[in-house]
Amino acid sequence: METTLESGFFTALLLIFLSAAFTNNILLARFLGMCSVLGVSKKVDTSMGLGAAVIFVTTCTSGINYLVYNYLLIPLDLEYLRLITFIVVIASFVQLVEMIIERVSLVLYNSLGIFLPLITVNCAILGVSLFMLGQPYTFSQALAFGAGSGFGWFLAIMIIGGIREKINENALPRGLAGPGITLIIIGIMSLAFVGFSGMITI
Amino acid sequence: MADTPKNILVQGVFSENAVYRQVLGICSALAVTNLLANTLFMCVGVIFTTIMSNVTVSVLRNHIPKRVRMITQVLIIAGYVMMVDVAIKATNPDIHRFIGPYVGLIITNCIIMGRAEAFASQNRPWPSFLDGLAAGLGYSLVLIAIALVREPLGFGTILGVDLPGRDIWWYQWTIMVMPPGAFFMLGILTWMARARLDKDN
Repeated sequence: METTLESGFFTALLLIFLSAAFTNNILLARFLGMCSVLGVSKKVDTSMGLGAAVIFVTTCTSGINYLVYNYLLIPLDLEYLRLITFIVVIASFVQLVEMIIERVSLVLYNSLGIFLPLITVNCAILGVSLFMLGQPYTFSQALAFGAGSGFGWFLAIMIIGGIREKINENALPRGLAGPGITLIIIGIMSLAFVGFSGMITI
Repeated sequence: MADTPKNILVQGVFSENAVYRQVLGICSALAVTNLLANTLFMCVGVIFTTIMSNVTVSVLRNHIPKRVRMITQVLIIAGYVMMVDVAIKATNPDIHRFIGPYVGLIITNCIIMGRAEAFASQNRPWPSFLDGLAAGLGYSLVLIAIALVREPLGFGTILGVDLPGRDIWWYQWTIMVMPPGAFFMLGILTWMARARLDKDN
């Protein structure tokens, strides 16, 4: 941790972003947001839409939750309310994103379907806010962590979407199609990402 | 199908098992299964939360306006998870340090939200209690099964106790307690369970 915080301002931000995206990938190393990955990643288009929404939401909510936690809950001695507070912040924020997507792209809105409201209960979003608390970040570093985590998730779901598009047509042993093969693919990807660990220490 | 208590339990635990059948709630299934002790704490927390939130949602089901029911359910669940969080922190701080964030993530565990929305919001409290119990037990069953493979293969221990002859012949298969091991194990388990279910049908 020390090396990261003692580096220059922008170097620190970049390191936090990269480590959140690669070495501590929120999906492949911390297992978060799996339900929506398995549900939505059948096509690259939808994966990209959801991934982009997640980047946006993690970045903003990690910033808001950072401020709320450090400047509201800690001074008032209400840290134990963090779970409820965070989920309320996230739920209202997702509502906002949902309205924006409905305006901007109806096609995307329809293809995301039920999974858009489910972002509220996407563990990746709440997870970013919770993991952030374990680190001595400043506000800008918290934003970088949120953005990096979101980007890592985006990257992972895009790759999985691409692979699933290809294997969709193939015949698989009974019971393996769907979540089974997807989990094994994710396992192989996870192996590759584990290879990144040690590159950056946080 | 008849909704006898036994049916609700059996279906919830086996044929409609949330983890391998509906593929819900697997984030924590992957994260906490590297050590059996972590898994057990997590399972108790999840069973408590599924039961209590199901019952609460069921009791309040006629009083919650449709428009705000999702957020109300989330808040009910969050309340119980807070209790679990505080309880684990008080009884076992070491375990809490490792699984702490994942305990908080019980809130967003799709199983609990799914059961509250699909079952408890339309049924009476007693069946909802059973349904919550079944969902929690089904989840725990899968988690414990995975942990029983990962911990011995990865560390050569069960609940932190060395397996017999661990020093002599054991080669630690570290990948099993790292993230890829979790994905492979759950993938294989899902495969086996689904192949079995497809055959039965």
